[in-house]
Amino acid sequence: MDSNPSSAETAQKSIYVSSAVTNAAKILVVGHFAVGKTTFIGSLSEITPLRTEEKMTQASVHVDDLRGVADKTTTTVALDFGRLTLSDDLVLYLFGTPGQQRFMQLWEDMARGALGALLLVDPARLEETFPVIDLIERYGLEYAIAVNCFDPAATYSEAEVREALDLLPDTPVVYCDARDQQSSARALIALVRHLLERAA
Amino acid sequence: MTTPGEEAPVTSDFVRSYVITGGRSLPSSDELALHTLVTLAPERTLPLGAGPEVRAIWELCAGGYLSVAEVAGHLGLPVGVARLLLTDLSEQGHLLRRAEPPRAQNVDRATLEKVLHGLQSLIG
Repeated sequence: MDSNPSSAETAQKSIYVSSAVTNAAKILVVGHFAVGKTTFIGSLSEITPLRTEEKMTQASVHVDDLRGVADKTTTTVALDFGRLTLSDDLVLYLFGTPGQQRFMQLWEDMARGALGALLLVDPARLEETFPVIDLIERYGLEYAIAVNCFDPAATYSEAEVREALDLLPDTPVVYCDARDQQSSARALIALVRHLLERAA
Repeated sequence: MTTPGEEAPVTSDFVRSYVITGGRSLPSSDELALHTLVTLAPERTLPLGAGPEVRAIWELCAGGYLSVAEVAGHLGLPVGVARLLLTDLSEQGHLLRRAEPPRAQNVDRATLEKVLHGLQSLIG
């Protein structure tokens, strides 16, 4: 997949947001490395998911005490995103964000104006989800859990996931197949319903 | 987590970003959110001395509305660099901006309902 087409290729009309669109919403799709964020976004996006990068030159200064303040290493973080037109005047952007603590600048950027976050979880690696939950909570984002089950037989029950992740009783937990558009849409619906309840 | 390849010290890529921005520090997300929509304002003339990146943004944005993140993605620019160049163009009056999120982190119920309805229509 070529995520950086030349400007000549991008001159097609189809890449643009419809001119009637006046509102853009953003939902974050977060989770640990290789949990299926890009697949999830790709299953819903109407455009070929794009990848860009954010340069981090100071992240380690704030968040990674072990490295010390003199560390000026530049880290490049990939950011994946897709777009979905939901009505005549509304588009939804899905941003996939890595969950590592040291990418906090990126998180700040991503969290601004986000409706909420869908946290993808690999049931085989539940413990890797804790740092991501910490970040979501630090930025005050509401979230729902979507267990991305490639192999339903190997998965945990909802109660087990809740207990392992120490979730609040009203945090939604859904199961999804990130490769499937309808399944991914259902997971987002669970999140948005939760957001509506919280906004009430 | 540190995996090989994630760490990029001072690479040619980094130097390239520095040159494009003229060494200026990158604006914060307060300037332009990743999902703010931008397009070229009508009847504008490309600034004299515009670099290749600004020209590329100009051509891309002439076609319609795109989010800040999409501009970066299509042109292969780091988000921070794209935002800086777009902020410049916006301050010079060359860009129209739409759908800017509010500064406060308050969730708009009407938007949530629209998002919900839109998603529900996907699953039929």
